[in-house]
Amino acid sequence: MKSHYQLAIIGAGPAGMAAAAEAAAFGAASVVFDEQPAPGGQIYRAVETPAAVDRAVFGPDYWHGSKLTKTLRDSGADYVPGATVWQVSPTREIGVTVDGSAMLLTADQVIVATGALERPFPVPGWTLPSVMTAGSAQVLLKSAALAADGAVFAGTGPLLYLVVWQYLQAGVAVKAVLDTTPRSNYFRAARHLAGALRAPQYLIKGIQLLRGINKAGVPLIRGVTDLRMLGEDAVSAVEYQRGGDWQRIEADQVFLHQGVVPNVNLSYSIGCGHTWNEAQLCWQAITDLWGESTVEGIAIAGDGAGINGALAAEHQGRIAGLGALYRIGTIGAHERDRRAAPARAGLTAERRIRPFLETLYRPVKCFRVPPHDETVVCRCEEVNVTAIRKAVAVGCVGPNQLKSFSRCGMGPCQGRLCGLTVSELIADLTDLPVSEIGYYRLRPPIKPLLLEELAELQAPAAME
Amino acid sequence: MFTKVGDGDRDLVKVIFEDKEIMAPPGQSVAAVLLAEGIRSCRETPVSGEPRGPYCMMGICFECLVVIDGEPNQQACMRTVREGMLIKRQHGVAQIGPDAKAESDPAE
Amino acid sequence: MLNCDAAVVGGGVVGAAIAYGLAELKLDTVLIDEGDVAFRAARGNFGLVWVQSKGIGCPPYSSLTRRSADNWLRLAEEVKQVTGVDIAYSRPGGVHLCLGEQEFTDRAAVMKQLEAQTEGRFQYEMLDHRMLSEMLPGLGPDVTGGSYSPLDGHANPLFLLRGLHAGFRNRAGRALINAPVHRIRPLAGAFDVEAGNETVRAQKLVLAAGLANAKLASDVGLRVPVHPLRGQILVSEKVRSFLRIPTLHVRQTTEGSVLMGDSHEDVGFDDGTRPDIMAEIARRATRAFPFLRSARIVRAWGALRVMTPDGIPIYDQSESCPGAFCAAAHSGITLAATHAFDLPRWIAEGALPPEFDAFSARRFDVH
Repeated sequence: MKSHYQLAIIGAGPAGMAAAAEAAAFGAASVVFDEQPAPGGQIYRAVETPAAVDRAVFGPDYWHGSKLTKTLRDSGADYVPGATVWQVSPTREIGVTVDGSAMLLTADQVIVATGALERPFPVPGWTLPSVMTAGSAQVLLKSAALAADGAVFAGTGPLLYLVVWQYLQAGVAVKAVLDTTPRSNYFRAARHLAGALRAPQYLIKGIQLLRGINKAGVPLIRGVTDLRMLGEDAVSAVEYQRGGDWQRIEADQVFLHQGVVPNVNLSYSIGCGHTWNEAQLCWQAITDLWGESTVEGIAIAGDGAGINGALAAEHQGRIAGLGALYRIGTIGAHERDRRAAPARAGLTAERRIRPFLETLYRPVKCFRVPPHDETVVCRCEEVNVTAIRKAVAVGCVGPNQLKSFSRCGMGPCQGRLCGLTVSELIADLTDLPVSEIGYYRLRPPIKPLLLEELAELQAPAAME
Repeated sequence: MFTKVGDGDRDLVKVIFEDKEIMAPPGQSVAAVLLAEGIRSCRETPVSGEPRGPYCMMGICFECLVVIDGEPNQQACMRTVREGMLIKRQHGVAQIGPDAKAESDPAE
Repeated sequence: MLNCDAAVVGGGVVGAAIAYGLAELKLDTVLIDEGDVAFRAARGNFGLVWVQSKGIGCPPYSSLTRRSADNWLRLAEEVKQVTGVDIAYSRPGGVHLCLGEQEFTDRAAVMKQLEAQTEGRFQYEMLDHRMLSEMLPGLGPDVTGGSYSPLDGHANPLFLLRGLHAGFRNRAGRALINAPVHRIRPLAGAFDVEAGNETVRAQKLVLAAGLANAKLASDVGLRVPVHPLRGQILVSEKVRSFLRIPTLHVRQTTEGSVLMGDSHEDVGFDDGTRPDIMAEIARRATRAFPFLRSARIVRAWGALRVMTPDGIPIYDQSESCPGAFCAAAHSGITLAATHAFDLPRWIAEGALPPEFDAFSARRFDVH
């Protein structure tokens, strides 16, 4: 690792890998930092060393990732796995910890490709052990060939059905799928069907997944309007409301999911401008045509600038990589535009399905703005809905004042699991638009950092 | 309860959770290994003491905290098992203090 | 148009304390606050109620500090009673740790000076490494000693802010939130404060808007020359309780977090954090308590202190616009009891006492 790079890329998912490939093709001195032990991001996690499971379990979309990881490995960019980036300054000073020691380095251009995370799903009892996310089920399957027999899946969104389907392909029994997609979403989504039909592969895949789930005889319970997890030391049952009645299913493992949202912790901590995306119900970094954020020299590629999926992220990574090369001075405008053209066309094609998906799988309000007093919002500091209502009642009008007043968002996850809920909850309580409520003010370090590492921190110049 | 759906792994490494020896596939996360052993909760929170276990498996939620080789508050989903690794439950706050060494050092 | 007896501009810990006190005196009070985006120095506060080292060379300031610290228990108990909010105040004394012989010698000299100017009312001891180690287990070998004063204490500054706001509302105070003040117009015997989309007409006006005071003061014939001085703080994960007595640079909260500070940087209105400064804070903290090396930082914070040219607070009343007052202090936590109990009484009565002349901004006038 060097003390200075022309381009630093944070995250080795599809966007980061594609950006690295593009930059390295022109010989720009590049580095890719990634927190996981192997490249691929969450979507192509462990694609190089998959668990010993039948390849068909994951489907062909997953294996596409191995092309990308190979490109990254061959690219000539320095690839640093197991690297936790805990700060990027607006002047592109990067603080990173590798193998327990922290260092600072600098870069002319930075591409933040930190992807997405699952939307918080605050329901009573969601903090009980063995209540996990659908994404976590997939991680365990991909990286450890582990699956939970007889689990209940609850929520909405393509990933939920995909994981259920993958479980079934692996021969694992699924107890039930509690679908929280409201009926009205189907009607609203129908309006976007024409656009979706221009990307038929996604529709076909979706239909195949649902057909597979039906064929396996898994109870698919639609129209679920409320949920709660029950248990003492771990979850033992799920109760769900449907058509006004509460029903109960015994379960020792539950997976929740209601879509993914941009992982904005790094981009917020840099000071990049963000905007509320009402269609996707999330905060996203503001970017220009080349992915550059409102902070000069800092670009955001992939799902961090709005959810578009893995293939779109790859195109965005390429575009951001070319933009960075141009700003470095490696390529001219003409070369940049020429090479970006196919990626732009690909991106446009990938985006066609989004309005349909966003409308169909838009999570309902009661799972975003928890109506029950006892529901925990901030898992780290154990702050529930009642406590937040009280703080708002004494004049707390934003997430930052709320943090001060209630400790909500002050724990080690730094708001990743409560930030969206808090923005929407305060907006609901104050009757203001979410865009006016804002988000937590985030600052480095965005991941816990040993005091020892910080005390021994070396400035870039001293590392030569 | 998580079970293995693929072929058996070879070249297992031995780790110790509390007092129990676990043979674990190399390269896997501590959290995955604990879940495969049927260990559902791995800590009690510092605020109310309620039990918690792995939630996101991607390093963002900080629910799967454990003590690894005497170091408190380690994210079990982000640490890879190693031969001889000593894993303990995280009981509340990190046991760091002027005289905490003897208590938190599992080798003692 | 909102009519009221008193308008307080600024919902930080200074403004909230004054408004809380005015409401207790049955003045119909409106607290005007900028909202969630305000710089809000209280959020970056270390939480010390600190007497030692305050007001060296300025006896009125050391007396003021002492008086407020002595009233702090009353404030904490009252806020708890009125609102149920526990500010986590305790007064176990406080320690200024010295690293190296020079710091220890310098500190001893400063403490002597403070003792002399308070005519012996100030209590402290200089403790060497061995004596200090009995009080603070785990001290590192680099600590040569320190000054201990039983007069010092600490509290949760965020819960203080919350408690004052809640108490103000319980006392029928009205808050105008998300309302940055554009302009203040003095009328005969009243003030029109244009804030957000609202105009507040008040008989009395208190400027407690931190750094924004500098701009607003001239509207009512006052001068508040304040500038920002950044301080950075590191916050650790919760660790086992080890530090009952706060020190100037390391303090443990009742929840178990360790706060480490604090830097003094003249960087204008940039309230960000810098890794080199953070590293310096970490070095100092781990030299003081080496076992903290294995604690993790979960948050870092930068906040802007409200500094006057001489570091001493400004309390003033307008000569040209009677009824207008201002308060500007970087020690909003230590002085909270004075702001909640004493200042409101004088403001209600219409004039600051003569001994407060020492805090008037007239001291900066060139003679």
